[in-house]
Amino acid sequence: MANITAADKGPRPLLATVILIGGLAVLLLTMGLSILYGAADVKYATIWQSIYQFDASSTSHQIIRNLRIPRALAAALIGAALAMSGAIMQGMTRNPLASPSIMGVTSGAAFMMAVALVVTPSASSITMMLWAFAGAGLGTGIVFAVGSISKTGLTPVKLALAGTAVTAMLNSLSSGISIHFNIAKDMSFWYAGGVSSVQWVHVKLLAPIVIIGIILALLLARSITVMNLGEDVARGLGQRTGLIKFAGTIVVLLLTGAAVSVAGTIGFIGLVIPHITRFLVGINYRWIIPCSAILGAILLVAADTVSRMINPPFETPVGTVTALIGVPFFLYLARREGRSL
Amino acid sequence: MSKQTKKKTWLIGLALFLAIIATLVLSLNLGVIRISPLEIFRTVTGNGDAQNEMVLFQFRLPRMTIALLIGAGMTVSGALLQSVTRNELADPGIIGINAGAGFAVVLYIFLFEGSTVVSDSLSIYMMPLSALIGAITAAVLIYTISWKNGVSPIRLVLVGIGINSAFAALIIIFQLKMDPDDFTRATVWLSGNISGTDWSYVLALLPWIILFVPLAIYKGKSLNTLYLGEDVAQGLGTKVERERMTVLFIAVALAGASVAVGGGIAFLGLVVPHLSKKLVGPTHERFLPIAALMGALLLVVADTIGRNILAPSEIPVGLIVSIIGGSYFIYLLMKT
Repeated sequence: MANITAADKGPRPLLATVILIGGLAVLLLTMGLSILYGAADVKYATIWQSIYQFDASSTSHQIIRNLRIPRALAAALIGAALAMSGAIMQGMTRNPLASPSIMGVTSGAAFMMAVALVVTPSASSITMMLWAFAGAGLGTGIVFAVGSISKTGLTPVKLALAGTAVTAMLNSLSSGISIHFNIAKDMSFWYAGGVSSVQWVHVKLLAPIVIIGIILALLLARSITVMNLGEDVARGLGQRTGLIKFAGTIVVLLLTGAAVSVAGTIGFIGLVIPHITRFLVGINYRWIIPCSAILGAILLVAADTVSRMINPPFETPVGTVTALIGVPFFLYLARREGRSL
Repeated sequence: MSKQTKKKTWLIGLALFLAIIATLVLSLNLGVIRISPLEIFRTVTGNGDAQNEMVLFQFRLPRMTIALLIGAGMTVSGALLQSVTRNELADPGIIGINAGAGFAVVLYIFLFEGSTVVSDSLSIYMMPLSALIGAITAAVLIYTISWKNGVSPIRLVLVGIGINSAFAALIIIFQLKMDPDDFTRATVWLSGNISGTDWSYVLALLPWIILFVPLAIYKGKSLNTLYLGEDVAQGLGTKVERERMTVLFIAVALAGASVAVGGGIAFLGLVVPHLSKKLVGPTHERFLPIAALMGALLLVVADTIGRNILAPSEIPVGLIVSIIGGSYFIYLLMKT
């Protein structure tokens, strides 16, 4: 079992504060750029006008207000949600390979999407979103049940293994369904992931869930830091580990479930941003969780902007852009500090 | 206790071996053209008719042999990676070896497919060859980037997931630039399939498996100490860095050869080592042979099912592996 704790990786509150405040500024700047650049040219002044003196007859005002602003907001929320879920998963299971999708959230959502595409092919995007969210709950429920039913209880390793097995099975079933009913192409849009079709209604559903998720995650952060020292230590220090794992799972379900329901599967952020954050701020989940949220949001907004500029007017899948931007940085950090993660 | 486990290991090994033989006979029998066990016996001893002989020797037997070899190779590779990285979730897929092979294949299809540079007779060997090169490239990249006065398990895992993400992204970018036919070919390869095989693939794969699986079992003792952790292993007199490099090399050779012929069959290398450890305990000399047999059995069974359940169309073998292996694994998790 890889050990995520190490003596020489104490928390660095100063750097963390800088990341939080500076990161917020960078995030706002990136969102501004994201609204500015796109297939249609827009000027800075137009952005202000479209917010404060909205003119319904102007096309660029319409584009900014109804397409680009919700898109930038959704990208920020989803990036933050995925990164925080990943941090919680890795902290709870003490496994650097754990990502939010390992809890069965993503595969459950994909499975229900496949079912929904067969049962109600003409459903609206909001209905599909609800199906996906129900599926996320189903997948997580199965994983948690499988892990808990056994006599020895829910150990972190068992949670990770149960998650991997359930994920593999649900994915196979979805592939089988999509091959058999010939909906592979519809599914592939969802698998590719992205925020290009986001509307205000999505943001309105997403925002409250993510905000509740952030608050719960911050409340849990202290316990996760202790859990990360090991199950026995945590119990010795008076933590109710079963309760924490249950609460952590619920938070991951809320955050990741909401994110994948809107944007499909966007890999990399949930797996790698928590590592990058841990390299930067040290091992204290009270810093890791909020900093992950900021960094995840910046990466997804930036990647979404870049994905529109690579090959206009076509969009490159945002998951590939996040990986291509993030991997070099990640490898550099892994090399520099890897021995003591 | 030890004697009992030894006896149990032999019994389980024997049971698995018999199960493989039974599946082989059953699988030879099933298919679009059905051949009864008696006729199989006749054909094998050289007294069958020409059609049966062709179906058996040119189609079914090579395919099943390949399934057995890939099953054993992938599984042992996964077990070695789990022990070296000391991570239960490690397998050739998650640390980027499959993705490296996949990228090489996608690149090959993108650059050369349909062009006249490569003649048809050569082309069936070019895809496995590029997969092998891709797998080795990925492994070399992972090893060199994680090297810093030696490689630590955690750095291997982290660099592995980084390399995996990068190759996965590159695969998508090149796939999107392909025309629909090539796109489908690449997708079929990436999801793992062992159809359309012949004896030359068996001959290409066999030496790797025969050489490296026994070598892995021979390395069992040092794997046991490596799994205890670096400090303990060093204290017990193991040359940690050298042993780790040897074991990694074996794992990559097995995964590379298997991926080259069978494509990216997921989950096999992850789940089967866990299953065999649950049966015979975590001593490598014991569970590695059991894992090899079990992986071979699982892949042959899955291939037989995938070939027959919706015949004449085939279900990708990787899907069946996940469903069978996953459900048995979940059962074991709940039971213990």
